[in-house]
Amino acid sequence: MDINPARISVENLNFYYGNKQALKNINLNIFEKKVTAIIGPSGCGKSTFIRLLNRMNDLVPGGRVEGSILLDGSDINAPEADVVDIRRRVGMVFQKPNPFAKSISQNISYGLELEGSRKKDFIERKIEESLKKAALWEEVKDRLDESALGLSGGQQQRLCIARCLAVEPEVILFDEPCASLDPISTKKIEELILELKKDYTIIIVTHNMQQAARVSDYTAFMYLGELVEFGHTEKVFTVPKEKRTEEYLSGKFG
Amino acid sequence: MSRLKEKIYRWLFTALAFSSLLFLVGIMAVLFKEGLPVFKEVSPANFIFGKSWYPTYSVPEFGILPLILASLWVTAGAVAVSVPLGIGSALYIHELAGKKQKAVLKPLIEMLAAIPSIVFGFFGMVVVAPFLQKVFAIPTGLCGLTASVVLGIMAIPTVSSLADDALGFVPRSFKEASYALGANRWQTLYKVVIPAAGSGISTAIILGMSRIVGETMTVLMVSGGAAVMPSSFLQPMRPLTSTIAAEMGEAAMGGTHYHALFAIGLVLFLITLVFNVAAEVISRRYRIKLGLNR
Repeated sequence: MDINPARISVENLNFYYGNKQALKNINLNIFEKKVTAIIGPSGCGKSTFIRLLNRMNDLVPGGRVEGSILLDGSDINAPEADVVDIRRRVGMVFQKPNPFAKSISQNISYGLELEGSRKKDFIERKIEESLKKAALWEEVKDRLDESALGLSGGQQQRLCIARCLAVEPEVILFDEPCASLDPISTKKIEELILELKKDYTIIIVTHNMQQAARVSDYTAFMYLGELVEFGHTEKVFTVPKEKRTEEYLSGKFG
Repeated sequence: MSRLKEKIYRWLFTALAFSSLLFLVGIMAVLFKEGLPVFKEVSPANFIFGKSWYPTYSVPEFGILPLILASLWVTAGAVAVSVPLGIGSALYIHELAGKKQKAVLKPLIEMLAAIPSIVFGFFGMVVVAPFLQKVFAIPTGLCGLTASVVLGIMAIPTVSSLADDALGFVPRSFKEASYALGANRWQTLYKVVIPAAGSGISTAIILGMSRIVGETMTVLMVSGGAAVMPSSFLQPMRPLTSTIAAEMGEAAMGGTHYHALFAIGLVLFLITLVFNVAAEVISRRYRIKLGLNR
């Protein structure tokens, strides 16, 4: 049934903020070149979960992880794991578009320069390539040197996607990428996600159940820090196994 | 009844808010009224660019260029002290210090600002001046350099605290974006946080400078007081503020000397005004740049 291999395997994952347990014994596989949606009401731990996959929660004081997250078989929280390498392999697009207060091209070259790329033609090629992949090139090609903050919200979010693509990740995490965007920009981002899954493994956290149904192959429903149900999107949406999933999807709570 | 109360409060607070404006206007009026008459005796160009300040000679001379230059030299020297120390401590507090260290360090640094300036003056006279006198083998330790060092220390809390605020204003999302692209802490600090806080940090420096330029008591005590054109940091100097403080007591009220001292006050006021406006303009541009004003 699952033809693609698992890229990320999450096993018995618990996460604590100080004494408060935010994630309870999560077990889940993320499959190669598929879109996995994580849905659930606010505060259910879906953002916490996705931020563990590239170790963004390292920045949270008092955060503690138990269990394992295997990326291609090796634990990303192991002492010998290189957090920089993990974050380059697992890119992230955030809830609110967060381009740097730099020019459009500098936003993209930033990640490349971090790894020591200085060759101008390589960087220029990468800028064009990433912007094209993020479906933004046509709109910005004549103003690459202008501030990224002059772009619209939707454009900024696509720039953030381009910035992420430039460092050639294998997995891309989207943390409610459309939460602050209008419907037209949202549609563009959704089309982009469907396009990107040809090359990347994608995980998207979303509030919006319709969005999950539109873009994902797999859906995970989380509630109060637990993974309630995980499966093929059409199954989760049409014949959910769990009563709580059904109730959430039909709008009984949320 | 409650509407009347509301009206009264409204009026009261409006009056309070505008009273400081009133003081500002009043002080400026006095400065102009008492300062401008000097230009009946001395032309503005000779006043500003004149190289000799001999207000009490039988043929008095009122050229304040040596005083202006002394102020600028001492300020520049103090900036060279306060900026690395102030910004360095802000970076440490913001980026490296743990919660506990931060809770101790920040108030401690700000406490430097609570020390009366006369105490700083003592410290300069008793500690810094003899030390520099020995090190550089100069006739007196009361010189431009001593003033710079002491004023620089005095400005550290202003610079440090404002620079720390500026670093804190950098949206967390900038840092997260940088980390998510595989940047480490230093790369994030140098390439994202400091540039984004750049104008806020410049504001901190400028406001530190305006504190230095306006400082009087300390300067009076440690700068040496010689109203000659400065040519070295190791010579005694007499900045604008200490001139007013030292001479106001002996200047005959209504005389040219008296008016000249007010005119010096006017010049000082203009200098700090320029600093403050510059700081305001820069910080406003910075808020817009970060999208905080939208």
